[in-house]
Amino acid sequence: MLLITCPHCGARAQAEFTYERTVDSIVQPGADPAQAMEQLFARTNPRGPDEEVWRHTFGCRAWLVMTRHRVTHAIEAIRAVGPETLP
Amino acid sequence: MTRYSALGLLRGVFNGHSHWQPAWRDPEPKANYDVVIIGGGGHGLATAYYLASVHGIRNVAVLEKGWIGGGNTGRNTTLVRSNYRLPQLHNFFEFGLKMWEHLSDELNYNVMFSPRGAMFLGHSDADMTRLAERGDAMRVSGIDAELLSRDQVAKLEPLLDMSRSARFPIEGGLIQRRGGTARHDAVAWGYARGADRLGVDIIQKCEVTGFVRQGDAVVGVETTRGRIGAGRVAICVAGHSGHVAAMAGLKLPVESQTLQALVTEGVKPMINGVIMSQSLHCYISQSDKGGIVMGGDPDNWPSYAQRGQPMVTEGAIAQAIALVPSLSRLRMLRTWGGVTDMSFDGSPIIGTTPVPNLYLNGGWCYGGFKATPVSGWTYAHTLATGTPHPLNAPFDLDRFRRGDTIDENGVGPMPNHR
Repeated sequence: MLLITCPHCGARAQAEFTYERTVDSIVQPGADPAQAMEQLFARTNPRGPDEEVWRHTFGCRAWLVMTRHRVTHAIEAIRAVGPETLP
Repeated sequence: MTRYSALGLLRGVFNGHSHWQPAWRDPEPKANYDVVIIGGGGHGLATAYYLASVHGIRNVAVLEKGWIGGGNTGRNTTLVRSNYRLPQLHNFFEFGLKMWEHLSDELNYNVMFSPRGAMFLGHSDADMTRLAERGDAMRVSGIDAELLSRDQVAKLEPLLDMSRSARFPIEGGLIQRRGGTARHDAVAWGYARGADRLGVDIIQKCEVTGFVRQGDAVVGVETTRGRIGAGRVAICVAGHSGHVAAMAGLKLPVESQTLQALVTEGVKPMINGVIMSQSLHCYISQSDKGGIVMGGDPDNWPSYAQRGQPMVTEGAIAQAIALVPSLSRLRMLRTWGGVTDMSFDGSPIIGTTPVPNLYLNGGWCYGGFKATPVSGWTYAHTLATGTPHPLNAPFDLDRFRRGDTIDENGVGPMPNHR
């Protein structure tokens, strides 16, 4: 299990968190159909680091963005998501 | 190469079993092939076998970065069934199930297919309605499905907790009696031996590191054992589909996640068939060696690590023990994890890609093993003719753009949101 440092609560067990999607797959309001298609259905799915949106669902319920390596699971960076800093 | 038979076994009694030969060659890669298949799992080997045996295309190489059958072919729970609700899916898997019924004869290799019955349990009125709906859909297409009462379920699997106070009370079930299990390694080895005998080169420890392009088209692959030219290149790498497709500049509707399974110590026969559930996500069967094989949900976050979290297996075990309480007495022998390519409608992708000469077979989620024969059959047809077989035509990559997804669970454009 990963130890994930929530920007608001500190280091917590992964059991408190849920994975949502990757940053590049968030459909922006006003996206044209081709763009929305790309964001809904195309993934880089790299065998390396990717930027992922997670949520501290069973904690403070805040969203966060995690840069994580998908083979080693090493977490390179975590940043908070709020009204001022959208993913 | 010798044909396997009872007489051959008998002969071995007298010569100390010294006459057995390797079941396939270990050739050096040639400079060019008509078709290069990337991935030496069950699906890739089956594809090679049917290319050679059905379509007469024998100048074929199967490239495998590790050893054949060492990926998801060796990491599943060996279930074989065709009990899907949607016609595109049940027609596809039913064709496959009919192939399983003759596969040992076809390959002259015992794949130990055991049609012991695949049963879904229903835990509520709503569950039973959905099971009846699924069963009706199957029967309309001529596939066997039988709705079971509580008593019938209890008789089939006496160790289920049938009490009214059970954590998941059992109201009935839906069985496909022709479903069951098979021996996973034997499937890969049987296809490998059959393909090799027909002239296919199976090249292990050969990882593809890039594609050779001529204009837009793919005309070969770069590998750890040099450049190999190819008329057509077939991706067949399950969990690593996204990684390999990215080398050709493609992004797929696929996310790779870990799926775990486990097996207990061997015990005397206690689970007669395959037990699954309409509401829960755990599946239970007993291997021929006696171990209870169990699996559950994927880990639900992207990973290529081939290892999962105990938290997830614990969830599957808790469900299994709630259904069959006596399982709590068993000790766990092994757990394992595989990299599954979770597609965005839960259905596979078999067909052409926007890149000329490049074909894709992937997106199997956690249901690829049962499809091994039909996946190979339809993929071989697609590669040989350049157009899909009617069975895999609905499973093209373009369906997501058309809004024509095949969404058995109605979950929308996310992998595995149940």
